[in-house]
Amino acid sequence: MFLKDYIKEVAGALKSLASGMKMTGYYFTHHKEIITEEYPDNRNSLVLAERFKGEVVMTHDENNEHACTGCTACELACPNATIKIITKFDVDEATGKKKKALDTFIYHLELCTLCNLCVDACPTGAIKMAPTFEHSVFDRNQLTKKLNNPGSKIRAGVE
Amino acid sequence: MWSFSNIANEIHTWLSSQLPPIWATIVEMVIAGVAVIGLFAILGLVLVIMERKVAAWIQIRLGPNRVGPKGMFQSMADTVKLLVKEGMTPNGADKLMFNVAPFIAMIVAMLLMAPIGFAKDFQLWDLNIGVLYITAISSISVIGILMAGWASNNKYSLLGAMRSGAQIVSYELSAGLAILTIIVLTGSLQLSDIVQAQADGWWIFKGHLPVIIAFLIFITAVTAETNRAPFDLAEAESELTAGFHTEYSGMKFALFFLAEYINVFIVCAIGATLFLGGWMPFHIGNWEGFNHVMDYIPSSVWFFGKTFFLIFVIMWFRWTFPRLRIDQLLNLEWKYLLPISMINLLLVTLIAILGWHF
Ligand code: SF4
Ligand code: SF4
Repeated sequence: MFLKDYIKEVAGALKSLASGMKMTGYYFTHHKEIITEEYPDNRNSLVLAERFKGEVVMTHDENNEHACTGCTACELACPNATIKIITKFDVDEATGKKKKALDTFIYHLELCTLCNLCVDACPTGAIKMAPTFEHSVFDRNQLTKKLNNPGSKIRAGVE
Repeated sequence: MWSFSNIANEIHTWLSSQLPPIWATIVEMVIAGVAVIGLFAILGLVLVIMERKVAAWIQIRLGPNRVGPKGMFQSMADTVKLLVKEGMTPNGADKLMFNVAPFIAMIVAMLLMAPIGFAKDFQLWDLNIGVLYITAISSISVIGILMAGWASNNKYSLLGAMRSGAQIVSYELSAGLAILTIIVLTGSLQLSDIVQAQADGWWIFKGHLPVIIAFLIFITAVTAETNRAPFDLAEAESELTAGFHTEYSGMKFALFFLAEYINVFIVCAIGATLFLGGWMPFHIGNWEGFNHVMDYIPSSVWFFGKTFFLIFVIMWFRWTFPRLRIDQLLNLEWKYLLPISMINLLLVTLIAILGWHF
């Protein structure tokens, strides 16, 4: 019985080693599988993974409208105090009531760890991760960004 | 036909006609030494770039591709870099031992070159106990490693050296037993005899399953003896920074690095000689026509082809398997490789006595 287990173990080990070598042998002979990007030679045809996280951006549609209500959920969710939301009060034209709205969305790229928590926290899907990565600048003030476009306003119907 | 042995003979006759015998021998020794050093340099360059390319392709990368055509001069650029680097000696180190250790590693590698037959009738020293000589000398390499580890006065180096000692000493047993199977079949310790015995087929084909098992055990054991992954506990970048050569830099590091690759080449050359027929072309029994066609390929091409095939297999191991833990390493040797190779040796002896091999 002992001998049988022993032989079984050796055979199993050999089989698993062989299957590993088959896999790497396949990669060795199939160069089309190579995933290296020859950056910066192929800067224009770069293929990035879909889930690549480079920086936080706010999406604006063609009317220069965004979906941010200024609720500050993202600011609270951020572990690094990367986001600062400055709000203002808009007057609703139809009812004449005052309403809280986004004035400036300040984002400190230099503090961001790209953890995605702000994107998850946003109830209206106003911000997302962009696949950019050429962030180096000579002055770090340039890394502090204003995410809402100048003159943009909240899209009608987003609460 | 052009061959290494003709060149060697011509040099010998020319030297003998010019100089008294004793001086002719000395000059020949110097030529052989220079040739071996030259071979080392070329091997180092070729094997390093080969390893990096193989590693890259296995890991779905491109590998070095900037220096020279397709990155082929990368290892030359690296050598130049290492040459101009400062070779530092740590303050607390044992200076003499620290500086001598890399040379011991190199000298062992050089000594091992002596009995290897690179081509038909082309061998530095065809001594009648060639295999014993190789197994004996290759054990000395552990002294170089222990010396380096101890003299560095660094905990990582010491741990690496100790692991390497435990590993080399235990794996030498199964490597030795695997080599013995071929000696049992051939009945000679002389490498040229072993190659001649394979004129009608290589041992791996003639010796049935037991020789194949011995071959697998030999490859595993020599991978461990040369401290290469998955048995690279002595270096273990991720736990011991670089093991026994942590404190080495510049050319002294390069010597260790080179010695590792030379050792890989040598064990593969020995494996090729014992199991795959060395420089012997691929012959099948007494198919005269087929054997004749195979003879047209020069014997040195056969030798280097087989050796580089085995080197590739060892590199393939390295980039496929994860590193073993020290207890797993010793388990593998003492509980699996050693008992299996002992029983295997008995089987081969039986085959040899009854003449069951082809
Ligand atoms: S990705 Fe993380 S760190 Fe960056 S802004 Fe969002 S929550 Fe803050
Ligand atoms: S981005 Fe989203 S979470 Fe942040 S303030 Fe605007 S609506 Fe709220």
